[in-house]
Amino acid sequence: MLELKDVTVVLSRSTINEKKVFDNLSLTINDGDFVTIIGSNGAGKSTLFNTICGNVPTMSGSVILDGEDITYLPEHKRARKIGRLFQDPNSGTAPDMSIEENLFLASGRGHWLSGIKKVDREYFKEQLSTLGMGLEDKLSRPVKLLSGGQRQAVTLLMATMSKPSLLLLDEHTAALDPKTADIVLDMTNKIVTENKITCLMITHNMQSALDFGNRTLMMQNGNIIFDTRDDERAKLTVNDLLVKFKENSGKEFTNDRALLS
Amino acid sequence: MGLDTILMLVQTALELGLITSLTVLALFLSYSMLNVCDLSTDGCFTLGASVGAVVAMSGHPILAIFAAIGAGLLSGFITAFLQTKMGINSLLAGIIVNTGLYSINIAIMGNTALLNMNKTETVFTMMKSALENTIFKDQYKLFVILIAVIIVLVVLVLFLKTKAGLAIRATGNNPTMVRSSSLNTVVTTIIGLSIAGSITALSGCLMAQSQKSMDINIGTGILTIALASLLIGRTITGKRGLWTRAIGSVLGAFIFRLVYTIALRLNMPAFLLKLVSAVIVILAISIPYFIQHSDEIKRKLSYRFGKKGVN
Repeated sequence: MLELKDVTVVLSRSTINEKKVFDNLSLTINDGDFVTIIGSNGAGKSTLFNTICGNVPTMSGSVILDGEDITYLPEHKRARKIGRLFQDPNSGTAPDMSIEENLFLASGRGHWLSGIKKVDREYFKEQLSTLGMGLEDKLSRPVKLLSGGQRQAVTLLMATMSKPSLLLLDEHTAALDPKTADIVLDMTNKIVTENKITCLMITHNMQSALDFGNRTLMMQNGNIIFDTRDDERAKLTVNDLLVKFKENSGKEFTNDRALLS
Repeated sequence: MGLDTILMLVQTALELGLITSLTVLALFLSYSMLNVCDLSTDGCFTLGASVGAVVAMSGHPILAIFAAIGAGLLSGFITAFLQTKMGINSLLAGIIVNTGLYSINIAIMGNTALLNMNKTETVFTMMKSALENTIFKDQYKLFVILIAVIIVLVVLVLFLKTKAGLAIRATGNNPTMVRSSSLNTVVTTIIGLSIAGSITALSGCLMAQSQKSMDINIGTGILTIALASLLIGRTITGKRGLWTRAIGSVLGAFIFRLVYTIALRLNMPAFLLKLVSAVIVILAISIPYFIQHSDEIKRKLSYRFGKKGVN
């Protein structure tokens, strides 16, 4: 379970660009929830993830994951429990290193001075075959030779292999072509639901926001203006979402990349 | 020039090349793997030489090697600490440590800039007496250096294939990925630079012991020389596996020394060494850049000089 309690975040503090992104924001995500997040540009979606991951400092409040207060834990220590994917397929992998080397680093297998053993390779092959991209035969290929979709799939595997308490997906299919994006999205859905991983997914695709997961959050100006789940959510259409947005924020929904259908 | 002279030349180049190849291996770790240009290399090399010289002169040639390694480790640690924990830019951190080491080195040498080790027992003289009655009696230096280079190369490459080594390589490749894999980039940088420092210092220690003299300027320009060797090695091997690349680095150091030794033989003044190495580094880095941008440059030039580009 993830809890944000009265979190205040100020970006670019003491500069001309100072911006209070969150003012006493509170949010609870239950175990096993698959939450999709939508919102206009600058609504604070990515900052929410940065706050959870520890990339941006909080000015007040606390972040609690599985009952442990992680507010002051550095980024890399939180990463043991939190997996994260970014929009850029290059950001989650080391391009000059091979697939197996990337997986080994993320897997938590072996100790500091152990190399990649045969059992590790078998395990990686088995994991890669679940992606259905034929990557299981390309273990020693440098990641930079893979396509964006393949890279994102490998990153997804790296983030979920060690069964994180929380998975954060920051528009992780936005940089892929529509067909590949669908494949990666379905793969994500499969991995998240099969492993019952608690997951937050930011998306610019209003339809996927309703199609995937069991709960949807709508954000505007650092606030959660609409929160819907399960049965109530099942009845909604993209149009309903747009109407809800206007009702709750008084503005039209504006997002450069938003796909309304 | 007779065959004997040529063999002599090659042997000298091999000896000097292999000693600097240790520094090249250190750069292989810090520059190629960790993607940090460690500007404290010159000072660290001299530190290894001065510590090695002083301890050897006190009668412990073997201990001298470990003392130099320890000193280099500390120097690398400080450089890494400055850039990861103190908010100092990595280039600046190297320069600062390099400057500070000058005073420290003079202090270690006992307030003098030159030590004479003619009568000192070194690892080389030990090997010389060990090989006295064998056919290898003239290659004693080569033996010592080869042992050191092989040990360092094998240990370094094996280390780079372990999880810790992979983490260091990933830090140079994509730090964001390392942090999101719950590894600490501060720790990987510190470990990487400390190891690189210890190898550099070992290189300096062997250099001082083989030359039988220790001069405060022994390390001046070694970074550029090693970088030139590293880039020559990279040109030979391309981006292949770790073993090939590491062996290529050693080979690069040898080729550099060989060319240099031949140039000296052809009456090139010795002081030109540093200029030559500087030019090699410039060419090795900029030629691939120009090749990569050649189409763009050609188009700009043809525009500039009247012939309007196609389309």
